[in-house]
Amino acid sequence: MAEIKTILEVEDLCVSYGKVEALHHASIKVGEGQIVTVIGPNGAGKTTMLCSIMGLLPHTSGAIRFLGQKLGDAEVEQMVSLGINLVPESRALFGEMSVGDNLLLGAFMRHLAGHRDHEQIMEEVFQIFPRLKERREQHAGTLSGGERQMLALARALMAKPKVLLLDEPSLGLAPLIVREIFRVIADLKKSGVSILLVEQNARAALQVADYAYVLETGEIALEGASDQLIDDPKVVESYLGLGGKR
Amino acid sequence: MDLQIALLLGQDGMTNGAIYALLSLALVLVFAVTRVIFIPQGEFVAFGALTLASFQAGKTPGTLWLLIGAGVVVALVDVTQALRSGMPRRILRIVGWNLVYPAAAAAVVFLLKPGDFPLLAQIVLALALVVPLGPMIYRLAFQPLAEASVLVLLIVAVAVHLALVGLGLLFFGAEGSRTPAFSDASFNLGLVTVSGQTLWVVGASLLLIVVLFAFFERTIYGKALRATAMNRTGARLMGISTVMAGRLSFLLAALIGAFSGILIAPITTVYYDTGFLIGLKGFVGAIVGGLASYPIAAAGAILVGLLESFSSFWASAFKEVIVFTLIIPVLVWRSLTTRHVEEDE
Amino acid sequence: MPPRLVLSGFLGLLLILPLVASEFQVTLLNYIGLYAIVALGLVLLTGVGGLTSFGQAAFVGLGAYTTAYLSTAEGLPGWASILGGSPWIGLLVGLLVTALVAYLLGLLTLRLSGHYLPLGTIAWGISLYFLFGNLEFLGGHTGMSGIPALSLFGIELKDGRKFYYVVWLAVLGAVWLTQNLLDSREGRAIRALKGGVVMAEAMGVDTARSKVMIFLVAALFACVSGWLYAHLQRFVNPTPFGLHIGIEYLFMAVVGGAAHVWGALIGAGVITVLKQWLQDWLPKLLGASGNFEVIVFGVMMIFVLQRARDGLWPILTRFVPQREAKREVPQGEALPKKPTPESGQVLLEARNVFKRFGGLVANNNMSLTVKAGEVMALIGPNGAGKSTMFNCVSGVDSASEGEVLFRGEAVTNLNSRQIARRGMSRTFQHVRLLPTMTVLENVAIGGHLRGSKGVLSAMLHLERGEEARLLAEAARQVERVGLKDSMFGLAGSLALGQQRTMEIARALCADPCLLLLDEPAAGLRYMEKQSLAKLLRKLRGEGMGILLVEHDMDFVMGLADRVVVMEFGEKIAEGLPDEVQRDPAVLEAYLGGVD
Repeated sequence: MAEIKTILEVEDLCVSYGKVEALHHASIKVGEGQIVTVIGPNGAGKTTMLCSIMGLLPHTSGAIRFLGQKLGDAEVEQMVSLGINLVPESRALFGEMSVGDNLLLGAFMRHLAGHRDHEQIMEEVFQIFPRLKERREQHAGTLSGGERQMLALARALMAKPKVLLLDEPSLGLAPLIVREIFRVIADLKKSGVSILLVEQNARAALQVADYAYVLETGEIALEGASDQLIDDPKVVESYLGLGGKR
Repeated sequence: MDLQIALLLGQDGMTNGAIYALLSLALVLVFAVTRVIFIPQGEFVAFGALTLASFQAGKTPGTLWLLIGAGVVVALVDVTQALRSGMPRRILRIVGWNLVYPAAAAAVVFLLKPGDFPLLAQIVLALALVVPLGPMIYRLAFQPLAEASVLVLLIVAVAVHLALVGLGLLFFGAEGSRTPAFSDASFNLGLVTVSGQTLWVVGASLLLIVVLFAFFERTIYGKALRATAMNRTGARLMGISTVMAGRLSFLLAALIGAFSGILIAPITTVYYDTGFLIGLKGFVGAIVGGLASYPIAAAGAILVGLLESFSSFWASAFKEVIVFTLIIPVLVWRSLTTRHVEEDE
Repeated sequence: MPPRLVLSGFLGLLLILPLVASEFQVTLLNYIGLYAIVALGLVLLTGVGGLTSFGQAAFVGLGAYTTAYLSTAEGLPGWASILGGSPWIGLLVGLLVTALVAYLLGLLTLRLSGHYLPLGTIAWGISLYFLFGNLEFLGGHTGMSGIPALSLFGIELKDGRKFYYVVWLAVLGAVWLTQNLLDSREGRAIRALKGGVVMAEAMGVDTARSKVMIFLVAALFACVSGWLYAHLQRFVNPTPFGLHIGIEYLFMAVVGGAAHVWGALIGAGVITVLKQWLQDWLPKLLGASGNFEVIVFGVMMIFVLQRARDGLWPILTRFVPQREAKREVPQGEALPKKPTPESGQVLLEARNVFKRFGGLVANNNMSLTVKAGEVMALIGPNGAGKSTMFNCVSGVDSASEGEVLFRGEAVTNLNSRQIARRGMSRTFQHVRLLPTMTVLENVAIGGHLRGSKGVLSAMLHLERGEEARLLAEAARQVERVGLKDSMFGLAGSLALGQQRTMEIARALCADPCLLLLDEPAAGLRYMEKQSLAKLLRKLRGEGMGILLVEHDMDFVMGLADRVVVMEFGEKIAEGLPDEVQRDPAVLEAYLGGVD
């Protein structure tokens, strides 16, 4: 990936909860316009990595660079203003607010910065997720699981992100909807957004990504171009234990 | 009790109930956004009323000194922090809000003799002195503890209440004040005479409620506050900072409190410590609403007003006993209907 | 300086102080003592038990008013006249009245969750205050005077210097009782109330009862303080029993260090002296009269909570040496054990369990069995509903539909305490331990149901025999899981893997026949996993049934006799480890589908 400019770089990141180290010297790179995925079994530290990049969790050592610039102890709000947006595993929607209001708040930082183009962005977002337009006046809490994930994605897009961090977008969704979400993720890449995708659903993630890292108990165990990793028996092994020999 | 007395008591209860309703809304707001159970709400009621009374008596209100003092402390803390975190650009704003604004307020108070202002201008000036104290108190007492448990925040709220009551005594003295009614008119409605002030109180409360509703439903800042209340992390991920939301909610709470004080100042003599019991009655309403629902809180507060006025007729000495004892069944009902989640400290 | 010397020095100082101090200083010391008794109750209630009360002043009032009324009232009705006259009867009746009122208030308000409880205490604090001020037979707002002085062995304690000894004897008595209580089986249950309720219930502790107990003890301490106050002051009015004084009591506990018995004394001392001093100086300084000290108290409280939330005592103890923690491994007879079920006998059977949260179905028609002497593993991807299943089985939650049988008995609707009593014990996915207690004490909580002595015998330390056997049992379990070296260290200072292991020791301390382990290998190093597997194999060999939720597949596959795989709340596979690993549905659940 020599020619591609690195937009987000994580170097030697360590994160601890009290005495427990959840992330151990993890380094990853996201190139501009790429989809990079971090896969790995439950409890490997994937969510911790995203939260730490986003400034929701402090890191004990290591560095996070955005376009080459080191971000100190940046707060979440600063990350958002830089154009880095996280769609968390929990979706974190505003359940008692309408879909429209949820989307509007997605543009809050842009509003603070003086932009008044949320109507137009919302139309663009509705093009990607026509179903949300139908549900515009409905409370977010009444949406189905798949629609919620779409709303969470759409809300993040309202901020016109440069880098999108996605935490398990397929979690708990039926296979058909998972396919749709991944189609959108692939489309987003085409529109120029760089994406760091954390997934347990390794196969789907590897199909859509350019490059992949396998995280195992807080450490990067394996990395490579995703089309190479997709058939690597070691991936199966890291998920299902020694018995992965089949 | 005949119908006439009942109507009279009802009118009384509605008037107080309207004030309690306003306060209960502020309490729900502050709790939802910051998890602070805002015990010092009542002090803002007293400060609003006493500041207006000071203007009318031609005195310098003590809240001016409080504003200047709090401004200096906030400026010191914030400037130090801005320098330490390497963001000197913030200093201008900090100095502007915390030093220049209070100085300007002082200039108005000393140079323009607000005692001669029309009532409306006096009210605006009183609010201008009291309301900024809200965000300043948030900055000093609560912002450093934003991650603390509800219980710790509650104890801090009680501590702030104590400090403010003491400061109220220092700045306003032990005597109470009462301001002249906004209107001397009274309306005869068959059995009962409705005083102009009652209409003012109920009308202004309703107006404020409508304005607040519009703020929360129509503006992006109002929606941002609601978003923080619903999902703090979600809101932060949109760039809505917890600190901003906290300051804004304290600003609104201070505004509602001071405004309520101005409304009741003509009805009852307000002392430096009067606010506490008034605020707590707003609380009973807020608790009826589970510290979450605005309409139920307001309805509960009006109920408290009515209960209080009727119990003062039946057993005047025990009216506080009755009102506060009744919180307990309400609390039990509330705590049984909310799912208990263990709070790990 | 050895700690014992510090204590003797303190006691000696207490003894001679009234001989050398001025009248005014003695009075001050008397008040410090009175306040310290109330603050001690708050240490137990708030600092240790995590229940915040702003209303303790009302209980002080109950004690004071009861004795004031009984010792001054003339013309009591005939049946009650026997109660009149003596302060000692005043104390007895006061304690009874307070216990009754506290029990009723406790029944009502202790059910309040989280922040509703302190709001409740504010409410009844205000109510009782206004009640004192408005009841005519209690003298209304003017109060009651002419309360007789105390007499002890024929000596009338009119003089503050003599009264001093009574006050401080009461303080030291309260300290002794509180320390004894905390250092006991009931005490460990109480210490678990703050942040460990779910865990304690799972170990069989009746936490609701523990809450009522400490509420009663705190109220009775307050009552004693009120009784002393009435006979010292010989006059009562409602003012010292108002909400603001209740707030001050809480401040004393917090400033002194709410989690420490001696913190109550420090807090009472600091606040009382400071108040006196501020009341002297502030009005002069400010040129006006009034209770300006509340400004300082308020600001000080904010500062303490922002900067030193544990109060002054922990700061002081940095300069005063602490008694070396006991390092002897406790010895005692073995506790009786339940008979072990025969290997192969079905212990746990879940039949068609459904669990719904609103519209979400977290468990959909789940069935599984665990037999004695086998390790059964429940696995599945994130969010598959494994923990929900675990909670349904162990009584932390109850199934919406279906049946759970434990040793042939339906336990579907029993709570975790009742299930624990039947011989099921568990660990938690997110470790639940009490970080400021030693490993030994944490493990001893597991043995809660194997002791029976109550709060009273604990306070008087009449339960030492049972306590020794409990601790000895806990020590055996600590050794069994290989944590002997950390036995006397604080549980919070263990590494995560050791904390998980400690949870197993705690579960074993309950003498279970079925162990439920929620991700026991998470965060363990390779060697630790090996020794954990070895321990579990040994337990299995002894006939223990083990149900395991685990993500670490190496660990599961090497250990489990049978495996159940869940996805989307349903069982998608069941069988031997080898079969399950080859099952295409399992591969798809873990790695995602291929188009």
